[in-house]
Amino acid sequence: MIKSKIKNLGTISEINGSLITVKGLEKIVRLHDLIKVKKYNIIGEIIQIYSNRINIQCFENTEHLKLNEKVIYLEEPLSMELGPGLLSNVFDGIQRPLDKIYELEKSGFIKRGIDIPSLSRDKKWDFKPLKKINDILNSGDVIGIVEENPTISHYILVPPGIEGKLVYIREEGEYTVLEDLYKVNIKGNAQNFNMIQKWPVTKNRPFYKKLIPKEPLITGQRILDLLFPIVKGGTVAVPGGFGTGKTVIQQSLAKWCSADIIIFIGCGERGNEIADVLQQFAKLIDPRSGRPLLERIVLIANTSNMPISARESSIFSGITIAEYYRDMGYDVTLQADSTSRWAEALREISGLLEEMPAEGGYPAYLPSRLSSFYERAGIIETLGKDNLKNNKIGSLTVIGSISPPAGDFSEPITSNTKRFVQTFWALDAELAYEKHYPAVNWLESYSNYPRYIRDWWSKIDLNWPEIEFDWFDCRAQINEILSRENELKNMTQLVGQENLPEEQQLDIFIAKIIKEAILIQNAFDDIDAFTGPIKMIALIKIILLLYRESKKLLEEDFYVKDIRGLNIIEEILRIKNTIPNEEVEKIGIIKDNLMNELKSLKRIHGVIGK
Amino acid sequence: MTVIYNKINQIIGPLVFLENKHSVQYGEVVNIIMNNGESRNGKVVRLNEEVILIEIFEDTKGISATNSELFFTNDTFKLNISKDMMGGTFNSLGKPIDIETKKLLKVDIIPEVRRDINGIPINPFARIYPNNVIQTGISGIDGLFTLIRGQKLPIFSGQGISHNELAAQIVTQAKVFTDESFLIIFCGIGIIHDEAISYIDKFRMSGNVQNIISFINFADDPVMERLMIPHVALTTAEYFAFDKDMHVLVVLIDMTNYAEALRELSLAKEEIPSRKGYPGHIYSDFARIYERSGLIKGSKGSVTQIPILTMPNDDITHVIPDTTGYITDGQIVLSRDLQKKEIYPPFEILASLSRLMKDAIGEDNTREDHSDVSSQLIASYSYALDARDLVSIVGEESLNAEQRSLLKFADVFEKTFLNQSIEENRSISETLDIAWKVLSYLPKNKLNRIHKKYIEKFYQRG
Repeated sequence: MIKSKIKNLGTISEINGSLITVKGLEKIVRLHDLIKVKKYNIIGEIIQIYSNRINIQCFENTEHLKLNEKVIYLEEPLSMELGPGLLSNVFDGIQRPLDKIYELEKSGFIKRGIDIPSLSRDKKWDFKPLKKINDILNSGDVIGIVEENPTISHYILVPPGIEGKLVYIREEGEYTVLEDLYKVNIKGNAQNFNMIQKWPVTKNRPFYKKLIPKEPLITGQRILDLLFPIVKGGTVAVPGGFGTGKTVIQQSLAKWCSADIIIFIGCGERGNEIADVLQQFAKLIDPRSGRPLLERIVLIANTSNMPISARESSIFSGITIAEYYRDMGYDVTLQADSTSRWAEALREISGLLEEMPAEGGYPAYLPSRLSSFYERAGIIETLGKDNLKNNKIGSLTVIGSISPPAGDFSEPITSNTKRFVQTFWALDAELAYEKHYPAVNWLESYSNYPRYIRDWWSKIDLNWPEIEFDWFDCRAQINEILSRENELKNMTQLVGQENLPEEQQLDIFIAKIIKEAILIQNAFDDIDAFTGPIKMIALIKIILLLYRESKKLLEEDFYVKDIRGLNIIEEILRIKNTIPNEEVEKIGIIKDNLMNELKSLKRIHGVIGK
Repeated sequence: MTVIYNKINQIIGPLVFLENKHSVQYGEVVNIIMNNGESRNGKVVRLNEEVILIEIFEDTKGISATNSELFFTNDTFKLNISKDMMGGTFNSLGKPIDIETKKLLKVDIIPEVRRDINGIPINPFARIYPNNVIQTGISGIDGLFTLIRGQKLPIFSGQGISHNELAAQIVTQAKVFTDESFLIIFCGIGIIHDEAISYIDKFRMSGNVQNIISFINFADDPVMERLMIPHVALTTAEYFAFDKDMHVLVVLIDMTNYAEALRELSLAKEEIPSRKGYPGHIYSDFARIYERSGLIKGSKGSVTQIPILTMPNDDITHVIPDTTGYITDGQIVLSRDLQKKEIYPPFEILASLSRLMKDAIGEDNTREDHSDVSSQLIASYSYALDARDLVSIVGEESLNAEQRSLLKFADVFEKTFLNQSIEENRSISETLDIAWKVLSYLPKNKLNRIHKKYIEKFYQRG
């Protein structure tokens, strides 16, 4: 015993910022395993192994350390503790609970070397077993259930890689996370399990198979759901310079999107922003459950002044927790704000290692790290079955924001991220200056998902007799009008709008209505903040109906100014913030009024005999 | 036991290299005594089996391989802080100085505490979301981009724009509404001697000097000091805010000089440069300064920051303003065009923003109409600027009545609302009254961002 301890000790031979070099461990350590500096309780990760030394990136400040100080090899990589108690919690980048640190320190600052378990060791959870003795267990099977809070049931899963016969299970009752719950006979050896699974952050959690996405993740943001939709299990990048409303979009998504669980990572961002999120989410009532939104959320906060190596880990810590809930069969959304700060942490560490830099000083392995993050998204069939012996389907959607320097999208992080995501929401400073929010630029943004979700939208369609297109066709038409308006922009500035042909004036007019009635959305207005799918379909259709009928009128020698004078237009523009999602039939009435006004317009002009 | 060296291997810029023969601490402070009696300080920034690398805080001029003795202090750098500092002027290491002669005063601060200047990160969970106003007496700020306790609100300026006057005016006028104690810390980073004297003089004349602590790093002081002084100022601020429950406003000017020093040192250390030669870690360095602001649970005080920086070539996309803008809670941009029109302070309205004001203004904090009025002023001014552009193309004759009223509004807005004298200290209520006078140049039905009840109460036919 004593012998093996000595074998696990090394000594510091160099200190350079958060990077330390250690001798004596190089023969036995594995890459990415953790070490601990004994005297100060500082944790670090092994990032390079040489024949005579290893390099370690410390998760905390290295001041006061001396050469030859003792370092202990912990023999495991950075892992997440997965079990009940994750939800509503705030962790730092290496899963230390920030509320517990605050209680322990009795101060608002985070001192160095705090050692505190991620999940509470004292809290008792009400466990309900769902399996019986002699049941055969497979990895991922639901063995029991814990009501983590009134909103979310936490399914206790057989850990990946474990298969065998259940030889013992506790009765329903209250247990802490470390108490033995059940015993499995694995090839003749009985092994005890509790509620916690430990899982290394850089290792993808296994699943049975990946599925093709068919269902959109509804965001309630009209421009996103209509023009640049995402699917459950999809990937999105949201780049935008400062002041373009990245944070507001991320917060709106967290509030409204149709996921069960949200993992929100504040990666290298403002401390006041995290305080804002915490305060808001605790107060906000989730419209679906009537409970505080925070009950569905795990927050990971590694603000810009906290150690960079923990910032680097925070993204992978978050996605590991997200995969864990996905494996229970939940739709999980992970939001990382911002991946640029994560990449910068990577760059700083790479700089300390004196690695050869690629573009922008970032290491050459930036793209492969980005892909190893985004590739963990997807909709999947999990390992194991639920309590009714059904397959479980879970999804993990990844939404990463990017803070490109000077708002320039050609920089390495934006351009490399584009290679690995299917949806791109480009935020635009010009639009933000015009107070056009969300400032998503409709010409630069894209989504590869519309064809996957056409059927889903067809099923919920309104089927108004006046207009036959489905969501997919509507979308195509709206895109067409917007891009035509863009082409006409320069021309308009040269000759003035009045001097364009009537048909082009109509395009410009309808484009303006689309912008006002659909694209611009006020995140702080009670009704406007979230538009449900049915209301949105109704809204688009009424505008396209106006467009089609107006075109017919132009053919009958009417002018655009006649159409502009219709009273109904004002009403159409106000649908977004006056008609709640539940009262879509009111939009049907506006549609009927529109048709009537158009008819009477013809009648009047018919009398005048234009 | 103190480790003593008397031989230096290499000196490159502010960096001194020693052969590693003794056990020293990372970050340890080193006193260097030269044989002519002068002394310097430095700290250990890199340690390996062969070399100890020391960054010297002050000038390395005059140090030779053999003329100095180096004493290792067995401790990291600690700042002495005391209540006696109030009203005083200090250098980058927290030593009292005489501003006119730049000399050290022969008094020493008897410390109440000694603090590590690098600070410890604030636990995000322990932060309180800021929602109380600090009044600066400047209409542009108080009315449109209100400063909130615990906020970090930078001012982006340019060479030759009146940010020095603005900084001095903020320092001498800022106040909180409650009778809680309020302290201002002025931190001059790499500022020229003339400016420094003029600042201190203004503070003395203000009658409020007892509530101001000044830290000055002169333009010809060594670069290492330039990197330390913001941390020295903020360590002092944190002590008064979180140990003494005071509200502290820290004005840092000019952060561009800090960034230049960072680049100089980074290149001397042969680090791999990122944009424009600035190190890749500039974001983290800035964050370590800017994030030292806020409110903390369990403490009544607050630290608020106004970092002021000059944008090289007025370029807001330059590394320094760009990186700052990503970290701070908004930004106030100064405009060269307005400066040329003799408008002081020359705020570039459309590019400026205070992210925290929305929850902190209104009935219980400032005045019930504040939010609507500020949003209306910005919106109408933005339409007015469009109309101005139009004038330059089509001429004023072809404008309609609405556009003409907008033009008139914009002129009055610039001349009476934005523009104020360097001594003029307006209350928020006065600011809003002026705003209504300006808004009255617009017809009532164009004030669509203001609630009807406020229009009825405040609108005056101008």
